[in-house]
Amino acid sequence: MELQASYPEGVLSNLLSWIVFLPMIGMAIILCLPKDAMETVKKVSLVFTGIPLVLATYLYFGIFDKSTSALQLVERFDWISLGAGENPIQYFIGVDGISLPLVWLTTLLLFIGVPASYSIKNASKAYYALLLLLEVGILGVFVSLDYFLFYVFWEIMLLPMYFLIGIWGGPRREYAAIKFFLYTLAGSVLMLVAVVALRIDSGTFSIPDLISLAQAGELTGASLPYGGELLGMKFTTWVFWFLFISFAIKVPVFPFHTWLPDAHVQAPTPISVILAGILLKLGGYGMLRACFPIVPDAFNEFAYALAVLGVISIVYGAFVALGQSDFKRMVAYSSVSHMGYVLLGMAALTEWGMNGAALQMFNHGTSSAALFLIVGVIYDRAHHRDLNGFGGMSQQMPVYWGLTTIGFFAALGLPGMAGFISEAMTLVGAYSSANPDFRVLVVISVLGIVITAAFLLWAMQRVFLGTLNEKYASFPDIDKREIFCQAPLLFLCIVLGIFPFYLLDWMEPSIANLVEILTIASNG
Amino acid sequence: MDFLQFNPEVDFKLLLAVPLIPLVGYVVQIFFGRFLPRKGDWLLTAGMFATMCITVLMAAKAISHGFSSSEPFFHLSKDVGMSFSWFYQEGKDAADPLNMTAGLLYDGLGAAMLAVVGIVSFFVHLFSTGYMKGDKRYHIFFANISLFTVAMLGLVLSDNILFLFVFWEIMGLMSYLLIGHFSHDPSTPFFHRWATWASKKAFLTTRVGDCCLLIGMMMFWQNFQTFQFTELWRLTSEEVARNGGEWPQWMTIAGLFIFGGTVGKSAQFPLHIWLPDAMAGPTPVSAMIHAATMVAAGVFLLGRTFPILSPDVLAIVTATGAVTALFAATIGVTAFDLKAVLAWSTISQLGFMVAAIGTGGIGLVAGLFHMVTHAFFKSCLFLSAGSVIHGCHHEQDMRKMGGLRKRMPLTFLAMGISTLAIAGIPMFSGFYSKDKIIQAAFMKTSLEFSGAQAFACFALPVAAALTAFYMFRMMFMTFAGEYRGDVAEGHGHGHDDHHDDHDHHIVHSEDGGIAGGHPGPVPHESPLPMTLSLLVLATLGFLGGKFWLADLDILAHSKPWFMKLVSPEKMYPGIELMNGYGAQVTDAMLKSTYDSAHTWAMIISLFVASAGIFGAWWIYGPRLRTTGQAVVRWTWTIVCLVLAYLFGVPLVGSLIEGADTLVVVAAWIIGLGLLGYVLMRTTKWIVGVFAGLSRPAPENIADGFGELYVAVANKYYIDEVVDASVIRLSMLASKFLRWFDETIVDGLVLLIGRINRSGGGVSAWFDQKVVDGAVNGVGALTQTFGFIARLFQTGRIQQYASFAVAGGLAVAAWLLLG
Repeated sequence: MELQASYPEGVLSNLLSWIVFLPMIGMAIILCLPKDAMETVKKVSLVFTGIPLVLATYLYFGIFDKSTSALQLVERFDWISLGAGENPIQYFIGVDGISLPLVWLTTLLLFIGVPASYSIKNASKAYYALLLLLEVGILGVFVSLDYFLFYVFWEIMLLPMYFLIGIWGGPRREYAAIKFFLYTLAGSVLMLVAVVALRIDSGTFSIPDLISLAQAGELTGASLPYGGELLGMKFTTWVFWFLFISFAIKVPVFPFHTWLPDAHVQAPTPISVILAGILLKLGGYGMLRACFPIVPDAFNEFAYALAVLGVISIVYGAFVALGQSDFKRMVAYSSVSHMGYVLLGMAALTEWGMNGAALQMFNHGTSSAALFLIVGVIYDRAHHRDLNGFGGMSQQMPVYWGLTTIGFFAALGLPGMAGFISEAMTLVGAYSSANPDFRVLVVISVLGIVITAAFLLWAMQRVFLGTLNEKYASFPDIDKREIFCQAPLLFLCIVLGIFPFYLLDWMEPSIANLVEILTIASNG
Repeated sequence: MDFLQFNPEVDFKLLLAVPLIPLVGYVVQIFFGRFLPRKGDWLLTAGMFATMCITVLMAAKAISHGFSSSEPFFHLSKDVGMSFSWFYQEGKDAADPLNMTAGLLYDGLGAAMLAVVGIVSFFVHLFSTGYMKGDKRYHIFFANISLFTVAMLGLVLSDNILFLFVFWEIMGLMSYLLIGHFSHDPSTPFFHRWATWASKKAFLTTRVGDCCLLIGMMMFWQNFQTFQFTELWRLTSEEVARNGGEWPQWMTIAGLFIFGGTVGKSAQFPLHIWLPDAMAGPTPVSAMIHAATMVAAGVFLLGRTFPILSPDVLAIVTATGAVTALFAATIGVTAFDLKAVLAWSTISQLGFMVAAIGTGGIGLVAGLFHMVTHAFFKSCLFLSAGSVIHGCHHEQDMRKMGGLRKRMPLTFLAMGISTLAIAGIPMFSGFYSKDKIIQAAFMKTSLEFSGAQAFACFALPVAAALTAFYMFRMMFMTFAGEYRGDVAEGHGHGHDDHHDDHDHHIVHSEDGGIAGGHPGPVPHESPLPMTLSLLVLATLGFLGGKFWLADLDILAHSKPWFMKLVSPEKMYPGIELMNGYGAQVTDAMLKSTYDSAHTWAMIISLFVASAGIFGAWWIYGPRLRTTGQAVVRWTWTIVCLVLAYLFGVPLVGSLIEGADTLVVVAAWIIGLGLLGYVLMRTTKWIVGVFAGLSRPAPENIADGFGELYVAVANKYYIDEVVDASVIRLSMLASKFLRWFDETIVDGLVLLIGRINRSGGGVSAWFDQKVVDGAVNGVGALTQTFGFIARLFQTGRIQQYASFAVAGGLAVAAWLLLG
């Protein structure tokens, strides 16, 4: 993985750092404000999530060179010296076509998350401060190119999430928060072990360097005791599974998914939006950036197993979603199902499959975020989410119904909407994989498409159609603030369905490069 | 004529406007429709009028080319540089197969279909301005039906199967919204409830088919790396030729999956179950679904993908179509709901089309031809039914109608013409296409006998007889006799209450059927926009098959216009079809069989149509003693006219062969009039003879069939079987997996947590007593685990979390520095 030779001049040379750390300035300002100045706090959070969004948009369209797979806007200097002769831990960040769309999505969803939080009555200034800290953590993970830095951001992101769920969540918030925290921490421990082992073997934390070493075949664990072999498994195999599981928990991949429904159901709406919209993507992104290319031969060895896990997630998630009676839990399980496509597409190791997986991450970020906002709208009014407790809401809230229809059909992958492109690319890519066994998996996963349509339409019927529940006959329709939160996401769902090249053109070179790296490993 | 010359440079831009005009209309309407005068209906109707004009002009170009030249009419917009790179703009160049480059494909089939969609859709819009008046969601209705049309127009113009699939699915969404139109309007409780689940059923059932289509597409992509129709045809025929004429197995499987898409969308057995319930939507929507969009899309797909379907697939296609044609026709005989009769007749007619396409060659053309003629007369039938329902104040049960002929003369005229067309009476469009279908089945069977073909030869004529029977049954029950509905009193709403999700399967409870009807004043004729639409579509249903007025060639010895426009050679230029007749069938054999099959098909079609009509009259026709002279004369007027032109017109025509067309037409009118007059004079006598015989009551015949009748009237219990198997299994699976997820998977997680908690205690003890606080790998790790486990108990995560991170960092630091 090469680094771009020329960098933007002047202020722009640190643009990426500005995007990442601006929310932290906002956090500092908020912490200095008096307790009762909530209006100011909201404005400050809006500004300090808005500026990164503007900067990221400018970066996306104005600066980023989409013709190359090289890492761009690289900032690299020593951070922690580890003594003479040792490679120091570096502050090493940059973006490429895989991370840039996710960086942009992060800034967008956090920006939306602020007005979406206005309905949380007991949100104190700590809430908004944590929200901003969360943004720093997430953005940091997406831009880090030094594994140590990556890990630090990974942990930074964890804490605010824990508090946001644990303090402002639903009735079982503490259970859900601890479950989320421990589950992710267990993954982090695995990652840490793998990272340290990699460091000992290679002497570097730099992810691009690790990838180059892996390509050169020098990452074999030779400098570790027993040559890295343990219990009959090779060093790379161990590293692969440690890293994979730590990321799979985040995705989440069956069977590591059970933290997700609890966390989602208990989390307040904006946190669910961020959780589904971005946090899950960290898993998929981690695999693409910091797992597969570092241990490509192990990836090739276990690609089929990953695909099986992906297909189980797709079908199993859809079936379990069909069996839910809680609106939010259903949407949570639909995330499990949709993220299964990401794994399936990546494992197929074809250009369409990999592109589809990267695209699916973005598209799921918009559509599932929209779905959680939709659930939030009805929850704020009815104070429950029991699918069987509604009915006839389309008569009472026609605009809300219209927006929900867009959201639901985007989620079930209707052609013309963004989800279709990514699902079709994933499935077609997986079907044409070099390994013919993938074909059976694809045919099975198509079952998930039907079941997804079934549970969404059934939910639509139970909530919006039928006889209007008298209790809810006084509900106001969706208001301007709620429309403001949803509209950009639904707009993206439609626009990217018609013009997918606004993402694919940016992703293509990096994805092609990645596929090349992984394919070479499978051939030799 | 110069303006009838197709000029790709200009005309493809016009064709691009065809779907774009209503699309822009949709966007305007959905946002601003409610603020516009008349809620914006004029905007979309005018837009659709423009669309129709373009499609008709373009079709005129195609037809004039078809009449003047034997060269194929086949244009790709890519050839003139009009294409759209879908997936990548800069990432990959347009020629890369990974970049889905899409363009327009305009050929004879597309021209005919596009014009049909444009015409039908415009008149449905026009009709709706009257029919939907006063609807709560009037502007949304117009927006949706416009986008529905856009989807079909786009589908017809697509030059690759992925784009076709996109429009295919958008159409599915729009049908979901339109069938569910009343699910947001509680003012008619019955439709409110019905529309709710019928729309879901339609979407999910067709989606099963759609997923099959997707799999089929993937299989072809995996082998050929293309979705382009032209490329798929070429590569398939090359592949088969390379294989020595043998079709690889994967192609048969892929072909079956592609056919699965048709089975879903075109309502073939066993995925037909959505279509009868689709009439929960407003009647204009039914007209669209049953005629120009949705169901036609499946047949159109077969037309586009025919060259890639292996002979084995085609045999299954024929068998499926024949089964569907026959079994749907039997159900149509038992239906009492006016729209249900039409719905089952659609399924049956689609069976005809699909079966014909499966026979290949002339059958392919005949099936597509039937799709076109069917679109005209079925849209007219549905709109007429809408007019009747409108006139009867939302009553749909035919047992509460009757005698509407006088009250709704224009509707009667339109519906009568369309009924004659669907029954397959010569001169009416349906005759020409259906006759060709039966001929194709006969040809295929006599040349290449197979079980599926033989079954089709039996099933299709029987289904044709049943078609004539139930259509005339419908006409008699609706328009003949006396009005049986409630006038201003009685009950219309009484039986709404016991229709729910399940007892809809029992067709029509004892005291009535599908009824949203309410008592009101006597039925009345519909307003002008509605009747005008009916009459235009009826005219097309009359003459849309073959414009025999020009040459009096009523029995179609020369080719109808569609067959000049569309033939296998013209549809797939430059492609050698590998799935037609085998090598042992020579051209001479084809030619001789063609003529004999034509004769036999003609005789049999005429016979079955007359038999069906006679049977319907025999059982349902007006009884002389009860209805009076007027009804008798009316009935026999039709019979006389039929007889008159069957025997009179060819006679007159042959007498003055070689004369000017004008003279011929004049002679025809005079001759027909004379003959009709003579026959009508004898009416009294003929009727007297038949009236003297005792005719059975319909109920007695139904009773005579016993259990069989009950089974048919309950649609062979297919809905119940699907409910009990597929749906129940899915729900069981979802319940089980939910339990599995919450108890087993999550239970394991919690168990590990619990083990860790106790393990944490042990290691904490070990840590203090044995290791004595030394920071080493094992200690740090267990300490971390200890913290993690204790968190479960205390919930005071703040301090422990930082400890855990610190612990992790300490390990890292120690490993690095030490």
